[in-house]
Amino acid sequence: MRRRAPGWFVAWLLPSLLAVSPLWGQAAPGGEQLYTRNCAACHGSDGRGGVGVPLALEDFLANVPDSYLFATIRHGRPGRVMPAFDRLNDSEVQAIVDYIRDFGPPAPELSTAAVNGDPRRGEALFATHCASCHGARGEGSPGTGVTFSRPRDLPILAPALNNPGFLKAATDAMIRRTLIQGREGTPMPSVTDLGLEERDIDDIVSFVRSFEDRPPPVTAIRLEADSPVLMYTSSHDFETTLENVKRAAAGMNFRIIREQYLDEGMVEPGRENPQQQMIYFCNFQQINEALAIDPRVGLFMPCRVTVVERDGVVQVMSINPKYLSPLFNNSYLNQLCDEMYAFYRDILEEATL
Amino acid sequence: MRRALTWFLLLAAWLAGAPLAASELIMVRSTQSFPETMLAVQKAISDHGYTVSRVQRVDVGLTASGYETDRYRVVFFGRAEEVQAITERHPEMIPYLPWKIVLFAEEEETLMVTYDPESFSAFFPDEALARTFATWREDIHHILEQVLHAE
Repeated sequence: MRRRAPGWFVAWLLPSLLAVSPLWGQAAPGGEQLYTRNCAACHGSDGRGGVGVPLALEDFLANVPDSYLFATIRHGRPGRVMPAFDRLNDSEVQAIVDYIRDFGPPAPELSTAAVNGDPRRGEALFATHCASCHGARGEGSPGTGVTFSRPRDLPILAPALNNPGFLKAATDAMIRRTLIQGREGTPMPSVTDLGLEERDIDDIVSFVRSFEDRPPPVTAIRLEADSPVLMYTSSHDFETTLENVKRAAAGMNFRIIREQYLDEGMVEPGRENPQQQMIYFCNFQQINEALAIDPRVGLFMPCRVTVVERDGVVQVMSINPKYLSPLFNNSYLNQLCDEMYAFYRDILEEATL
Repeated sequence: MRRALTWFLLLAAWLAGAPLAASELIMVRSTQSFPETMLAVQKAISDHGYTVSRVQRVDVGLTASGYETDRYRVVFFGRAEEVQAITERHPEMIPYLPWKIVLFAEEEETLMVTYDPESFSAFFPDEALARTFATWREDIHHILEQVLHAE
């Protein structure tokens, strides 16, 4: 005999779900809510910047069309921290754009036509007037947008003009207008103040646009790694392996800052598993440099190797920084993660051989 | 009818538990000062059944070494029985346990960032672990929401 779902059950369940579900039973989130949820952590609640660039700059909003903001949210900046919000639908992205627009002046009316300049001539002008901040190949400055937590020479970093996300979002007219207007509140001057003329500006725009025809820049490349962990089996006993780890880390200029059991602090003292021991170590100069590149890298900290013994086998393991690097979408961490990977690998090898 | 009900229940369960869109890092900004946010984070962690095992004072180490920084801490937390079970079954997860939330001050506000546990699902194709990652993800969102609502 087949059973039928009792009507009362469905009648009870549906309203319950409507009340519980974040998707139903309430109005779709508006621009402010979407901004707070998706953007404020980096760009600030009021758009004045943080890990992300400031958005509430009058000169920025006066010179970029909504299509630029929309495409930036949609495609992000590969390798430059700003993620692609590909899970937001178009109306949600537009709601965020409208909300950001409230920070400042209305969008300019800009042509979508291509500028017809001479990119070869533009290259020379770019090298003279733009490369000192934006890099010889338009790669921008290293690091995140603004950080208030650490001292820095410049209030804002120059964007990567060769980034595929930027090139997809910015029209020639927008780049041209930015060159002419400059950007008050940032180090970006008006190039007319530098003596450049209409033709020069068009040539620079065409040079910037020519980045699209080149292979993706190194700064847009993500590190590849097979595994989130580095794990070695030791040929020594547990205690010897622990001492080897400490000696190897110290030999690479790390300071041992702490040793503890893995479950210490989570179980009553005396009940920890003594066969899972962590060794924490730091190189504060390296930490300081890493934090200047990306203040989120505390997730890597402190450096740690764990020594584990199971069934008489001693294993030594650590995170794999190369696996984690892409999670940050900051290609300037790639080199650091490569170096950290090499340090971990060397320590693990030295401790286990 | 049974099949229809099954589908309905599956849909219902998905809707009821629908998390925020997946991303690789979870990051939120509290408009509270750093000390208030630190207290709120530790309370929220505890309220959700986890134990704060340690707080690493990165800023203290940096300033002691002569580097300038605002306040910067790493909060480690976990559930002992959960950590024990995972380390038994998936020792490769050990380097990521206990889980951590990083907090750093930006003037009068505080940023909090952690890995999205589901970012690791692809590497650990185990249904039980996937459920644990999903639970952690949901708990982390609730913990951070509680911190934001404590403002």
